[in-house]
Amino acid sequence: MTLALGTAAIILVVLLSELTRPRLEDALARVRRLWAERLRGAAPSGYDPGRERRAEQRARALLRSCVEEADWAMYRDLGFLRVWGRHGERERDSGAPYAYLIYPHKPIVAYLPQTGELLNEYCVAFPDDSKPYGSSRLPDSDDVLAKWMALTGDERRLLVDANMHLPGRQIDPERVQRDLARLAQWERERGRRPSGWGRDKRDPGNVRAA
Amino acid sequence: MKLLRMKPGHGEILLAEGDVAVPEQERELIEAFRRELDAGMWAAVPTESLGGRREAELVKSFADVPRDAERVIFFPRAAGGAPGATPTSL
Repeated sequence: MTLALGTAAIILVVLLSELTRPRLEDALARVRRLWAERLRGAAPSGYDPGRERRAEQRARALLRSCVEEADWAMYRDLGFLRVWGRHGERERDSGAPYAYLIYPHKPIVAYLPQTGELLNEYCVAFPDDSKPYGSSRLPDSDDVLAKWMALTGDERRLLVDANMHLPGRQIDPERVQRDLARLAQWERERGRRPSGWGRDKRDPGNVRAA
Repeated sequence: MKLLRMKPGHGEILLAEGDVAVPEQERELIEAFRRELDAGMWAAVPTESLGGRREAELVKSFADVPRDAERVIFFPRAAGGAPGATPTSL
């Protein structure tokens, strides 16, 4: 009796294993495939955090060498740059009529310094199509410097190339208002009068920055 | 004079360096300058006014680069697209 039961159990196990083997093999193959896809997705983009960090350090040094010391401190402390607008000369005597906030890899925000009213967002990017490391995106501080050079060098040309939108399309207006408040507080603490306020923009006698 | 170019994943790279007063070096600078413009780059010369105000000057040819400029920075041209204007409410 025992022998018969034992034999039946063995036969049952063998039958079951034969029946389930294809499914087990399929499941194993699926797991192997998913694992391989996961590895592929993680690695080959060429992204190297160390290289990106070094690139950003170089970009920060370049930005610092180009902008005024106070502007560099603004970017270092607050994470954005303010650039005064050049048009609207009619209001020159009472200060710059409008200004821009430059954020890395975000739209340029135009606003009225007198009231804090937000005017527009200018969506602009500087994609390098050669993608040397698989990405067309400049380091953060290079993006800020590119915007700063384009705005101070030829504001109108940059605005023509940008996509203009109402405030709030990409950057939360409340965030911008908070940043303007932080900027005002930062300038109070530094005892600094906004450098573009009431200044003649057509400052003659430009020399090359070192 | 140094010609620098912003590069993703790297920061700026030195493209060329030379003295514009030396004809051969100036030729090399001009060639490098043209290559970058042909590749669609914008070129800017950082400037500083006598009052310490810093700006940039966009240049479209090597002839526009001031002879005493210490560096020219190339960066990819702006992309955005829609016809723009000066800010509204102005």
